[in-house]
Amino acid sequence: MAALQDSSRDSGTAEPLRVSRDGDAWVLSIVGALDVSTIGRLDGRIRRLDPGEARAVRIDLSQVDSLDTAGAWVVQRLTHRLESGGRAVSIVGAKPTQAALIERVGRTEDRETVIAPKSHPLLAVVQQTGEQTFARISDAKKITAFFGLVAITLVRSLAMPWRIRYVSLVHHMQQAGLNAIPITTLLSVLIGVVLAYQGAFQLQRFGAEIFTVNLIGISVLREIGVLMTSIVIAGRSGSAFTAQIGTMKVNQEVDAMITIGLDPAEVLVLPRVLAMMFTLPMLVFLADIMGLFGGGVMCLLVLDITPTQYLNQLHGAIGPWTFWVGIIKAPVFAFVIAMVGCYEGMQVSGSAESVGKLTTKSVVESIFLVILLDAMFSVLFANLGI
Amino acid sequence: MAEDFVIRCKDVRTQFGTTVIHDNLDLDVQRGEVLGVVGASGAGKSVLLRTIIGLNKHVAGNIEILGQDMDRLSVKARKHVQERWGVLFQDGALFSSLTVAQNVQVPMKEHTNMPQALMNELAGVKIEMVGLSRDACAKYPSELSGGMRKRAGLARSLALDPEILFLDEPTAGLDPISAAAFDELIRSLQRSLQLTVFMVTHDLDSLAAICDRIACLVDKRVKIGTMQELMQDQHPWLQAYFHGPRGRSARKAG
Ligand SMILES: Nc1ncnc2c1ncn2[C@@H]1O[C@H](COP(=O)(O)OP(=O)(O)OP(=O)(O)O)[C@@H](O)[C@H]1O
Ligand SMILES: [Mg+2]
Repeated sequence: MAALQDSSRDSGTAEPLRVSRDGDAWVLSIVGALDVSTIGRLDGRIRRLDPGEARAVRIDLSQVDSLDTAGAWVVQRLTHRLESGGRAVSIVGAKPTQAALIERVGRTEDRETVIAPKSHPLLAVVQQTGEQTFARISDAKKITAFFGLVAITLVRSLAMPWRIRYVSLVHHMQQAGLNAIPITTLLSVLIGVVLAYQGAFQLQRFGAEIFTVNLIGISVLREIGVLMTSIVIAGRSGSAFTAQIGTMKVNQEVDAMITIGLDPAEVLVLPRVLAMMFTLPMLVFLADIMGLFGGGVMCLLVLDITPTQYLNQLHGAIGPWTFWVGIIKAPVFAFVIAMVGCYEGMQVSGSAESVGKLTTKSVVESIFLVILLDAMFSVLFANLGI
Repeated sequence: MAEDFVIRCKDVRTQFGTTVIHDNLDLDVQRGEVLGVVGASGAGKSVLLRTIIGLNKHVAGNIEILGQDMDRLSVKARKHVQERWGVLFQDGALFSSLTVAQNVQVPMKEHTNMPQALMNELAGVKIEMVGLSRDACAKYPSELSGGMRKRAGLARSLALDPEILFLDEPTAGLDPISAAAFDELIRSLQRSLQLTVFMVTHDLDSLAAICDRIACLVDKRVKIGTMQELMQDQHPWLQAYFHGPRGRSARKAG
């Protein structure tokens, strides 16, 4: 089809729309190409054509060398507009294929096309507020239900340990735990360094630089180690859980699983939750050691505190609970991160786009929950006096 | 430019790693014909389609589309050729974040300078042309059924009135009535828009109903001919294909 070939010829030189009179009739001759390459320029002019008083209109297409659907539509639209103004319109000179195309495009009274759902901006704000509120409420309900489901599955699996998917469990322990060692190590050492630096500068002013060690020890063991690691793992593995399960939802793999009689909570969720609960405490332990190590190195370099002094001071600074207060939180955070990751993955529906959206949501939510829980733990421990 | 052949493949060879999919494959597609491509599952029909439209690299031979060797073209010239074909992927491949009408407008926005109002009208025209109702315009792909997604994908591939239409299993997964209607739709669009259609299909009914010629992928190459000619062919796969129970009933119907 020649629709796009001859488009360069007419540009600028020949007048594409010629209006003339033939007796009583108003005649529009279109010359050259009437297709997607020229229609952008002609559309506005064709919309404004006005035959004035003439009651009969002829559209002459004999000099149109290429006509496509866009052109055919514009001819139809013009015809329709002039006819609804009470004029008689005839199309002449169209080649059979062109006439067929114009016929094909057809006529509809109302060509107003809605390309996307629209609403009033003010109304939209109200509507969105409402929708968001209800979405949050139903989210909270659903996540609680999911929590219950996982808890039941967990208890059942512990009663029947042979039903746990060990291969999957080990795989996820490697993915979420072993492979996270380098990043966790690096970040913890750096945090130790930062703490030592800041502490040293402030405490030196009082001649109390030795207490930098207390600062490092307590903050790393109680808070920073577990918090940093959890946040890193939420970003790294929680998001991966959502993306993995979400992709499986999109491909209907989860549906297939259910029809085969596999329980997604058991096959997909539980191994991930357990893997996270096993590995996060170990990672936190690693982070603690590395944080103390980084701090120690800086103490040696900046404050000339020897390793022996450092260890002695550390020994005096931390109580019997300091370490456990940090570590105890790890499985709880792990549970929350894995739960949220899997839950959001299960919420994926239909499109691949929702995988991306929910992955982001999962990371934000799990980090938020981790920090919230950390605050609650602080209150709890303060009341317990440890 | 004599463009009697809109697609010419010569000695094309494609492979993944060491697995050769096509070897010394020659294929000419004439202007204005509907070519059905058949072959066993895994014979490389989809790969052939992807190779022709440039999504897959061939390792030897050359492919000319509309008289142009795609490998030798500049980016701009290649874009120009791309305007002249439309592709319908197996599941529609609609952009999931856009509505159907917006999907249809994507090629228009990329390749033309039409005003938005006209694009809106045209999107509606195309969507009606492929037999979807107006209500479908503002819907998102995830809200459509498989058959509707195919129609919407067809509307998008027709957005710029292409000269060549590539279809990958357009009727797979449709009920027989919808499939027949889809065949009819493609045939009538082909007539009124004078398209050349390159259609991968498993559907013997489609082949009988709308294809002018059939290209059959066997032994890493194509055998091409009308249905009658291929039915006389002695190749065992072709024999089994056309003379098996399904082949017989389709022939009776066609
Ligand atoms: N990306 C890829 N990497 C490796 N091998 C591939 C790839 N894509 C396809 N193949 C192989 O190429 C061969 C042809 O695949 P193709 O998808 O073209 O088959 P087909 O003829 O379309 O089959 P069907 O009718 O089932 O769709 C298959 O053997 C497949 O394993
Ligand atoms: Mg295929």
